Amino acid sequence: MRYTPHTPSDKEQMLRVIGIDSVEELYRHVPETLRNRAKIDLPEGLTELAVRKRLAALASRNAAASDWSFFLGGGIYHHFIPSAVDAVISRSEFSTSYTPYQPEVSQGTLQALFEYQTLICQLTGMEISNAGVYDGASAAAEAVLMSRRIQSPSRRRVLISRALHPHYRAVIATYLRNLDDMQLEEVPFDAAGATDVEALARNLNDQSMCVVVGYPNFFGVVEDLTPIRSACANSGAQLVSVTTEPLALGLLKPPGAFGVHMAVGEGQSLGVPMSLGGPAFGFFATRKSFIRNLPGRLVGETVDVDSQRGFVLTLATREQHIRREKATSNICTSQTLCTLASTVFMSLLGKSGIRRLAEVNVSRAHEARDRLVSRAKLEACFSGPFFNEFVLRAGNLEEILKRCATAHIVPGVPLGQWYSELSDCLLICVTEMNDREEIDRLVGAICS
Amino acid sequence: MSEPSAVNRPSRVAPPRLLFESGSLGRSGFYWPAENGKVQAAIPAGLRRDDIPGFPELGELEVLRHFTRLSQRNFGIESQFYPLGSCTMKYNPKVNEVVARFPGFALIHPLAPIELLQGAIELLYELEHILSEISGMEHVSLQPSAGAQGELTGLMLIRAHLAEEGNPRKKIIVPDTAHGTNPASSTLCGYDVVQISSSAGGIIDAATVEKMMDEDVAALMITNPNTLGLFEKNIEAVAAVVHAKGGLVYLDGANLNALVGVAKPGHMGVDVLHMNLHKTFSTPHGGGGPGAGPVAVKERLRAYLPVPRIVKTAGVFALRDDCPKSIGRVRSFFGNFGVLVRAYSYIISLGADGLEEASRMALLNANYIRKKLEKSYQIAYDEPCMHECIFTDRIQHKSGVSTLDIAKRLLDYGFHPPTIYFPLVVAGALMIEPTETETPETLDGFVEAMLSIAQEAKENPELVKSAPHSTPVRRLDEARAARKPVVRWERQRADGDERQG
Repeated sequence: MRYTPHTPSDKEQMLRVIGIDSVEELYRHVPETLRNRAKIDLPEGLTELAVRKRLAALASRNAAASDWSFFLGGGIYHHFIPSAVDAVISRSEFSTSYTPYQPEVSQGTLQALFEYQTLICQLTGMEISNAGVYDGASAAAEAVLMSRRIQSPSRRRVLISRALHPHYRAVIATYLRNLDDMQLEEVPFDAAGATDVEALARNLNDQSMCVVVGYPNFFGVVEDLTPIRSACANSGAQLVSVTTEPLALGLLKPPGAFGVHMAVGEGQSLGVPMSLGGPAFGFFATRKSFIRNLPGRLVGETVDVDSQRGFVLTLATREQHIRREKATSNICTSQTLCTLASTVFMSLLGKSGIRRLAEVNVSRAHEARDRLVSRAKLEACFSGPFFNEFVLRAGNLEEILKRCATAHIVPGVPLGQWYSELSDCLLICVTEMNDREEIDRLVGAICS
Repeated sequence: MSEPSAVNRPSRVAPPRLLFESGSLGRSGFYWPAENGKVQAAIPAGLRRDDIPGFPELGELEVLRHFTRLSQRNFGIESQFYPLGSCTMKYNPKVNEVVARFPGFALIHPLAPIELLQGAIELLYELEHILSEISGMEHVSLQPSAGAQGELTGLMLIRAHLAEEGNPRKKIIVPDTAHGTNPASSTLCGYDVVQISSSAGGIIDAATVEKMMDEDVAALMITNPNTLGLFEKNIEAVAAVVHAKGGLVYLDGANLNALVGVAKPGHMGVDVLHMNLHKTFSTPHGGGGPGAGPVAVKERLRAYLPVPRIVKTAGVFALRDDCPKSIGRVRSFFGNFGVLVRAYSYIISLGADGLEEASRMALLNANYIRKKLEKSYQIAYDEPCMHECIFTDRIQHKSGVSTLDIAKRLLDYGFHPPTIYFPLVVAGALMIEPTETETPETLDGFVEAMLSIAQEAKENPELVKSAPHSTPVRRLDEARAARKPVVRWERQRADGDERQG
């Protein structure tokens, strides 16, 4: 398959215009020594049919949620996506356009981003939001870097809850590894599965820059941010909340209502397919007073020469293409097509729909946990309230995983790979995609 | 081509409202019956919210009509020629969209057991090898989400390697023609940036690098072809100078579309590079992402690559996290998998022969435009170009018409403008990258528009300076947007709540 439309006579005519005899001449500045060795050792091109067959064969060797029962969360969630979402993001005016540098012919993308920013503010209870970043993990890392720009250089200790997603903790560590003044410390979790507030308060001092906690956290526990916020306030540290399951914010008190400084997270839950964890987007919301410290793209409202409302990328003086080495971040993508998907998703669900869907998640997850504890004799690991994920302890985890696999069920994410003390524990997620019959089969497979 | 209208034709169609300014209390485009589970008991009252003030209340058709109308206020590759320099706006093939939506790719979970993901991991493993082969490098990580994250990752690899040798060093040399992400990524990696000027010919020469090279320089970042569309023909000599002082060479692969099958960065003395799959390998730009920015390295940097690494043993794929020298993770899970699937599909569609032909036709198209416009617009560098050509507004400036005006006037002719005012070293730059997927007829149409605008600049400069005249909105007040930023809708700011009910 080729997408170059040039016929031999097209080429001939174009070469004649340029005044050369062959395309090769255009490469005359490329040294022979490089050109002689440039042949690519790959197969010849395929027909579209052959491409589809090859990819279908690869796809068939993966277990898809359409054929298996997944009780998997841990940062990526299987939710229902209304058909209208893909219909909108498949429009080539959205999918094939570039970053909206020419606002007169990008009002579609710009207005949608302005609406996205508003929706994220409403959902998180924050004052402002940027247009999106790569993923939840880089959003968390960018939040720490933003705190570094705001806080005084005497504050360089970052306290991260151990109940924050392990990948997020790893990415924050990677982003900070070359900034010599930074100190990264972890705060333990308690019996509720929440950040140990006493331990946190003991560790906070006048060198603390910020505290990073999950809401809900990696164990699915909905942490009460009030005491954490108070502990931060006493020491002058900023508070960053990280939400990997933003559907929860349809029902939960928004992070902004606790007074967090930055509310960030992963947006995949809001209308983006799981797709092995990417692409989706990271959301990044904060207070208005920090607007000039924001990383990433930001869309603002203005008017044109005829006083018509319009939208533009704004405060670009924060960004790499203007500020170069002094930019607030090197990021220049906002995962726009994914944030558009979430904008359509949130618009369709709306105020009542997002609450309903959140309630369905809570209700099914609690029903499943009750039955797994009472009938399958698994032990609840933590006592804290949860949204749609919870941790259960099993004496015979290996055996359970095997039995479930035979029934085409993946019952959860084993936690031993990140927490040695939870090596017999499973993080189980139940969403609206897991109906009663699936939950019955899960309980049955574990009991058998 | 018919002459575009010179005056604004007022439309009777009202501009689209915001989502928050339409709808009716209680309306929703989503149906799901209530379930009788416990919700109140599950979440303590202090952790619940009552309402999401301002959230939309719209029906499904209303939502679709809203976004369809918004889409009509955008230019896209399937509706307009989009010769945006350095962005490689080639056609984004439909088959890639179809395969990325196969349930076996779209509905798979990253934390599922690896034995349930063998097809996906095989695709990633193969793509790593394909990109190694194309770039002439030895190892690849697909994890970085975008070019800029690839840069940061690559610089971190360099730093980890130098630190292990005893001294991470202090500086990165970046050419004055570089993308802004190069210096920004350097800072984020803890380095100071030293700018190097390109020669009068628009490229870097080894003697200048030699003068700047010392034991404090960790690396030189170089883009090839550079952002002037010129091949850095001294790159091997430049790399030798950097290596002689113990530094490394980073290649910004943003312009790889010019080189596939023509020259391999791995043969140029490059130690690490990133590739923009959303440029060279046709994945859609999405209005500003998602992209993907894999990094490729020589053997000496392999140990530092991000985890997890993919390993294949007896036909079975597994993931390795136990890489003690690795810089760690740069993002969650596996990177932008859906983008990687599309790039893989593109590469196997074209094959070795098709990829090489794509690069050749990208050069042919760029040089064709260059030739056809060279008498009406000043050429920035009098050298044959690679995949893009740079003009300036010097000739038009005499009648007060600037690059911005030319760009805006092109909108009236139905073309997306080139990249403007970049690279910074060219005053009033117009950077045109047609890509290989355009026909000569399309290029002729664009050339004709550019020639008309050059004529208009002479005869009726006001027409050009007040452009665009036919777009949904006209020139926007960007200063006002930045002075008092309004970055979200708020009820009190709008004229009351315009919703009915």
